Amino acid sequence: MAESVDAESVRREVRAWLEANWNHDQSLVEWRNKLADSGWGCPTWPREWYGRGLPVSLGDVVSEEFDRIGAVGTPGGGGMTLAGPTILEHGTDDVKQRLLRGIVTGEDTWCQLFSEPGSGSDLAGLTTRAELSRDGDEFIVNGQKLWSTSAHHAKYGMLLARTNWDVPKHRGITYFALEMHQPGVTPKPLKQMNGHASFNEVFLNDARVPVANAIGQVGNGWAVAQATLAHERRSFDVLQRAARGSRGTGRAHEELRAEVADMMAPYTWYPQRAGRADLIVERAKATGRNTDPVVRQEIAKLLSLARSTEWTARRAKAARVAGRPPGPEGSLGKLYASDIARACSRVHTLITATDSLLSGADGPLEGIIAEILVSVPAVSIAGGTDEIQRNIVSERVLGLPREPQSDHDRPFRDVPRNAR
Amino acid sequence: MRWSPSEEQDELRRTVRRFLEEKSPVTEVRRLMETREGYEPSVWKQLSQELGLPGVHVPEAYGGQGLGFAELGIVLEEMGRALLCAPYFSSVVLAANAILNAGSESQKQELLPGIAAGETLATLAVAEPKGRWDAGGIALEARPEGSGFRLHGEKSFVTDGASAQLLVVAARGPAGIGLFHLRADSESVERRPLTVVDPTRKLARLGFKGARAESLGDPAGGAAALSKTLDQAAAMLANEMVGGAQRLLDMTVEYAKTRVQFGRPIGSFQAIKHKCADMLMSLELARSSAYYAAGCADESPDELPAIASLAKAQCSDAYLELAAEAIQIHGGLGFTWEQDVHLYFKRAKASEVLLGDPTYHRELLARRWGI
Repeated sequence: MAESVDAESVRREVRAWLEANWNHDQSLVEWRNKLADSGWGCPTWPREWYGRGLPVSLGDVVSEEFDRIGAVGTPGGGGMTLAGPTILEHGTDDVKQRLLRGIVTGEDTWCQLFSEPGSGSDLAGLTTRAELSRDGDEFIVNGQKLWSTSAHHAKYGMLLARTNWDVPKHRGITYFALEMHQPGVTPKPLKQMNGHASFNEVFLNDARVPVANAIGQVGNGWAVAQATLAHERRSFDVLQRAARGSRGTGRAHEELRAEVADMMAPYTWYPQRAGRADLIVERAKATGRNTDPVVRQEIAKLLSLARSTEWTARRAKAARVAGRPPGPEGSLGKLYASDIARACSRVHTLITATDSLLSGADGPLEGIIAEILVSVPAVSIAGGTDEIQRNIVSERVLGLPREPQSDHDRPFRDVPRNAR
Repeated sequence: MRWSPSEEQDELRRTVRRFLEEKSPVTEVRRLMETREGYEPSVWKQLSQELGLPGVHVPEAYGGQGLGFAELGIVLEEMGRALLCAPYFSSVVLAANAILNAGSESQKQELLPGIAAGETLATLAVAEPKGRWDAGGIALEARPEGSGFRLHGEKSFVTDGASAQLLVVAARGPAGIGLFHLRADSESVERRPLTVVDPTRKLARLGFKGARAESLGDPAGGAAALSKTLDQAAAMLANEMVGGAQRLLDMTVEYAKTRVQFGRPIGSFQAIKHKCADMLMSLELARSSAYYAAGCADESPDELPAIASLAKAQCSDAYLELAAEAIQIHGGLGFTWEQDVHLYFKRAKASEVLLGDPTYHRELLARRWGI
């Protein structure tokens, strides 16, 4: 297909710039500072903020040219994918001035401080409090956050805290950029049931955040958080793309590999979490369990589920491409993933039989099977529980009425919440 | 493989839906299911002459429209949605495909135009009183006599077997399994309508006492043709089931929005919402496998055997699950004769077993995937 004039000129321009500036023997930081100055690192951001104001479609042209020449891009992780876009949308010029450049250059990394022990599905029910100091220059923050990836080395946290308890829950929240390296902030690894510690819990004891670090208006944090959540789905994809792009040679690529390895480290068990349907047939044959008619039934059921889930995703994508109104098939992927993971766990157990008792070096496939069995329960919880997802599907796709809410129209102070 | 329907396919769906909404409302379904023939000849005539539906996938050379299984699937989905009482599946899906797969050129010329025009009602007899759907279950004998054969034995579970005019019969001949055809009004064919769970699809038992029949194509090549015919039929029945399942979800969601208990619509209770979401999930997976199977029947014959079994098993399970949940959500009312849900429940139960139940097809799938 012939490119539009715009696409062609953007392609020419970025190619010329890359040829003049890219070489793999510079440090990542040096290179990414050039990206920030030129705007080619995040071409869809505005010109005044390290971008070139291009539409998303032309942003793809730029990434293609980066890939073609093997040039490293801006960092993956929460800074570029979550904090950056949120700040662009809601931050004051002062906030943008102080915080965006470090995101683009990768010198400042970010983590998310949203969920709490007492508010999981009901994020807006959070109880971390931020109170204005006596001099009115900063907020003093107390509470506990959960499920923060990379909190132990992040420079900033995207923090949601309650600044007003006398209004309904969605209206008393403020979004802050919290400096993580300070005495009142203590991240601790959170050990999961599968033995990995991919996330942190973060204790906030009189942590301080300047009033000037509020993103958006005080009390408007819920709307700002929606901007972050809207980008959350993409962030893992971006990370995986970064991982694929880190195969080159030279200093920049070596540093990139280290950066990606660091970011990917929490996710080594993610394939097991999804259930590893890819191992089923091979394992059934290897163990001889493929001759058992009950096992054959269960395998056929599982693989039918997995294949038709793929086809459902293909239909959803085709409908999007054809410009049709989105059908129900697009909203169900996460629920299918849970079903597949659970079915895998069941069938792996059926195939593995008594050896399902063993893990680590004693377990089948060097412990991979055991890791599947104890990781699968995460799928139906992470990123929104299946139950919440079913509410969303039944309301938005099927049009069923919402359940009456008891906490929407009264001051949050009076809403029942978890005992501390 | 098409992942999104073409404009022509959308238009076909709209046309068929409009026609069936007008001609096959549930009052008609209820009237026809009590009759012996189980269909309305005037509607069949319109469906044939005005819309050309019996010839939708039959090649133009044999009097059809020359479209594909994807289009045939759309027609069946709409018929399943309307619970149309008509010998369409028997004549167009079972018999016409058997003839297309097994027949010689001259037999196709002779037999297909009548079916495609809706003037001949045909059916395919495979299972016998023991109810097996594989070639191994065929005991009915075809004994050579002169240039033809004589059939001895019994067939059962023959869809529209009592009203069909042309029979295609799977039988065991001297050279193995073959497909044979004969007029249904032949003297040595005894036909007995069966009392059935799903009165919207009629079944019959057929006794053959030396009835004269002609082999469709090479009498030794029947096994492969039969197997292909049954795969295509399973794929198409899957599409029909999706239509019924969608209708059940629509009825149930509508009911959950309007039925009030404890001062609010029952559809606002999570116990009901989550059931409805689960119904939608099963339906969409079933739809994906049914559409993919139809696509395989058109474009990917090597994949068809496995995928047809996958779709048949999955759609059977989904349809029955939706039907059972639909009754549950309708509560006591759902168990009454007056409420329409039971009509779909019965079609779901019958479709689950017709052509082989989900367990049978999952075993076939495992074999066909080399597990």
